[in-house]
Amino acid sequence: MSDAPPPVALTRDEVAHVAALAKLAVTPEELDTYTGQLAAILDHAADIAGLDLDGVAPTAHPLPLVNVLRADEVRATLDRDEVLAAAPATEDHRFRVPAILGEEP
Amino acid sequence: MSAIHGIDGLDDWELVVGLEVHCELATATKLFCGCPNQFGDDPNTNVCPVCLGLPGSLPVLNHQAVELAMRIGRALNCTVHPSVFARKNYFYPDMPKDYQVSQYDQPINADGWLDLPDGSRIGITRAHLEEDTGKNTHAGGSGRIHGADYSLIDYNRAGVPLVEIVSEPDVRSPEQARTYVAELRTILLAIGASDAKMEEGSMRVDANVSVRPHGQAAFGTRCEIKNLNSLRSLVRAIEYEARRQVDLLGTGERIHQETRHWDEEAGRTRAGRSKEEAEDYRYFQEPDLVPVAPGADWLARVEAALPVLPAARRETLAGAAGLAATHPGVVMAVDRGLDDLARGAIAAGADPVRVLTHVEHNLAVEGAETLGAAALAELVGMETGGALTATQAKTVLADMVATGRGPAEIAAERGFEAMDTGALEAIVDEAIAANASEWADYVAASAAGDDKRLKKLTGFFTGKIMQASKGQADGRAVNELLTRKRDGAA
Amino acid sequence: MTAPGSPTPTAAAIAAEVRAGARSARATVDAHLGAIDAAEATIHAFNLVLADSARAAADAIDARVAAGEDPGPLAGVPIALKDNLCTRGVPTTCSSRILEGWRPPYDATVVTRLATAGAVVIGKTNLDEFAMGSSTENSAFGPTRNPRDPERVPGGSSGGSAAAVAAGFAPLALGSDTGGSIRQPAALCGVVGVKPTYGLVSRYGLVAFASSLDQIGPFAGTVGDAALLLEVIAGHDPLDSTSIDQPVPSYTEAVGAGVDGLRVGIVSELMGEGIAPDVRARVEAAAEALAAAGAEVGEASVPAATFGLSAYYLIAPAEASSNLARYDGVRYGLRVDGATTSEMMEASRSAGFGAEVKRRIMLGTYALSAGYYDAFYGKALKVRTLIIADFAAAYERFDVLLSPTTPTTAFRFGEKADDPLAMYLSDVCTIPTNLAGQPAMSVPFGSGADGMPVGVQILAPTLGEVPMLRAAGVLEEAAK
Repeated sequence: MSDAPPPVALTRDEVAHVAALAKLAVTPEELDTYTGQLAAILDHAADIAGLDLDGVAPTAHPLPLVNVLRADEVRATLDRDEVLAAAPATEDHRFRVPAILGEEP
Repeated sequence: MSAIHGIDGLDDWELVVGLEVHCELATATKLFCGCPNQFGDDPNTNVCPVCLGLPGSLPVLNHQAVELAMRIGRALNCTVHPSVFARKNYFYPDMPKDYQVSQYDQPINADGWLDLPDGSRIGITRAHLEEDTGKNTHAGGSGRIHGADYSLIDYNRAGVPLVEIVSEPDVRSPEQARTYVAELRTILLAIGASDAKMEEGSMRVDANVSVRPHGQAAFGTRCEIKNLNSLRSLVRAIEYEARRQVDLLGTGERIHQETRHWDEEAGRTRAGRSKEEAEDYRYFQEPDLVPVAPGADWLARVEAALPVLPAARRETLAGAAGLAATHPGVVMAVDRGLDDLARGAIAAGADPVRVLTHVEHNLAVEGAETLGAAALAELVGMETGGALTATQAKTVLADMVATGRGPAEIAAERGFEAMDTGALEAIVDEAIAANASEWADYVAASAAGDDKRLKKLTGFFTGKIMQASKGQADGRAVNELLTRKRDGAA
Repeated sequence: MTAPGSPTPTAAAIAAEVRAGARSARATVDAHLGAIDAAEATIHAFNLVLADSARAAADAIDARVAAGEDPGPLAGVPIALKDNLCTRGVPTTCSSRILEGWRPPYDATVVTRLATAGAVVIGKTNLDEFAMGSSTENSAFGPTRNPRDPERVPGGSSGGSAAAVAAGFAPLALGSDTGGSIRQPAALCGVVGVKPTYGLVSRYGLVAFASSLDQIGPFAGTVGDAALLLEVIAGHDPLDSTSIDQPVPSYTEAVGAGVDGLRVGIVSELMGEGIAPDVRARVEAAAEALAAAGAEVGEASVPAATFGLSAYYLIAPAEASSNLARYDGVRYGLRVDGATTSEMMEASRSAGFGAEVKRRIMLGTYALSAGYYDAFYGKALKVRTLIIADFAAAYERFDVLLSPTTPTTAFRFGEKADDPLAMYLSDVCTIPTNLAGQPAMSVPFGSGADGMPVGVQILAPTLGEVPMLRAAGVLEEAAK
């Protein structure tokens, strides 16, 4: 598998798309600011985007641990009143949210 | 393959279905925390910092969930691989962390297959571990997701372990889809991996459906059908969806790749989210968990503990009965868990076809599994020996299951005796004489090889004779007499 | 002991005296609360001072001593906790509006261990929002000031914890270090800060920034106190899958063990461009001090370290973008209403997160998104492999490595606040060890041209805390 070439410069539309994916609302002015700042950071990161790293294995985690497992034993649950007390809105012992329009993926 | 099997009128099309089955694992606790994995408890009582996704909480993998996933993998002839967990990122309120911990490019099980009772083989792409979401209740408005004023969320189910079993697009008919899911369910129950209840949601099926002109190699555009809560829904939804797609293509339109929801009441699928704007789930390796790499000894223990699975049981029974493994009686016997009973009765000398006929038609009752093989063999012996008609045998069998008593005792008590051949022949002659024109038809249809008409007329005469004999006549004997009379007349 | 910067009794001395019945835990806590009263208005080290519960806990310690019990190795020692460590029933904000008022229903594992050891939590300290920053200027509740010069930043993200120790508000504090967030403020405030080996200290109850990089670690006025605190919090925790299951050696013994024969390498890639000459000079002086104490000093090379910053600013935001998704207004924290759940989530997140957090969430979302994963996130993971390999090669020749902790001494407020990249560059020396999952610490070693403290960074291989602390102990003596 060959490494992808460094991508082209970040665009305003891409930042808007990313903000939407991350559920962040940005004003047109903020969009300009963020586009400039993120472009500068990505430009700095271009030093590695341009490296030829074919054949180098990725490291997602610094520790070589495997098979960390727990026994299938029931442990204490939280007190429901305490859990629901932290919620912005509840009803009928459940968390209440406004209408869900988007569909479940 | 000349048409979509089981759907009339779609002769020039081939149906292509791949199935994604989610099953909740039968563990005591959730996938990453010690909260009870239990259906039906009071809302938000089986929760802790981990499954609520509270800041600072961390997951720790449940050993038993891995074990059950391995059982599923091996039962489906998959290779068990070293695997890693990944985060699937999307916002949804029933998902406490707004990402789902699942397995992506390195699933625990891959490349297996499932052999179906009809003799076909469905490829299994993968069977991976992931966590379930909480449950939304839509309140106000219509009570459905659209038009609801607001929703209420219970996180008891959040974090319950799931295995998602993804098939290859090998399914070619609605009936085959049903068979696949039914067979899968039987296996999940047999290996103790899941209680697999579609109605409670512990087994959930999505179907990827497409059609293509017969002979075309490329797949058509597929739609993913969700909300299939029963085997009946599965079959109806695939039938509906196939017709919908063929109709669209027939008028020159194209299929949009999308998620569609089955509406059981309306008997149709409805468009959901378009999949053409590809989702961007931003999968990456879950840094709070470490890889799972079951060693050879663990895998060997799992394999050794697997029960004999349905395909092997069908082979065994088919061998004992001298029939094909696809014989409906064989399939049903295994499906009902009565294959040991059937093999016992056959081994005791009973006629295999009669034994399996009883299993298939007369033993779909509670308590059937309590029946002894010797008693069933004795009953079949009485039947084949002419002491009982098929109808009488059925009645006696029901009594045997209900009371646990032997067939001879029940038959004597009920005064069942096979009708004397002479008496039966007299009734047959009477029926022929009284219905001379139908008899002439019968003889003519027989001579012309018109099976359809012959079948109908045979039914007519059998009905008359049964009526006259008050149900005492043996169906096979009646049939033999009618054939002999016809041959004599011809 | 109440004036900013003045020497306070060490944690070791307090604990020894309290255990011996020679010191009142209550009086100790009162004295530190007095110091907080006197200077906190200027410094703003804390989001929350827990005066009442600290006094009650101190009274309980005194009662246990009176009853003949031993409250543990940190008996009666006040400690400040970074406000991203969960404390049961006590607000834990991460210096973010989105978590304002949230009270965790559980304690972080380190908090439980501190209680078992007899320590007294005196307050929750300020930080850059969700630990993202290098100056505490990103706190939603206002910045912390450097006790050495209130016109300057204390560093970050654990600026409040560093300042609390530097100001004498507490002899000990806990911080978290994802790319230098313990070591950089320790250097800027002139205290000791330790980033342990990834997995040595349980992360359970640490509000995640970047899970594969985050580690909790100590701040202290002395190397010995840092070692004492590390001994208490280190060790396996079954609630953290990434926790190392190995016995913990004595760190306090290592501190006085000297460096005779220890092989020390100066990382040449972290001594060049961008490092202020006065800072570089202090590192060279530190090397000489170690050599004078019997260490073998040489020049080490970790070539891939120069790519550390780029890799870090892809990996950490990527993980953060996912870790911070849960702040959606559904279960806890801030909700801003919307007509639909999706609108409510977006409104809540937009109002609740500050600019730097949003910037990193967007950066991370971009790095992981379809079409860019291979070029950015995937590349960064490969660079991580190179960095680990280069460190491994360096540690074949050396037992520990030496570098500046920061390129400069503490900078002034506003100096870098509008230029994210300039701010990120202040982490250039600390980031590589996080990527490698290895330990490193900052030890104060004199001052720069501006009279502000300079920190020298000691780096060590995985679970190399003992040689690291040996070198730190010698530097501490040499700096006196």
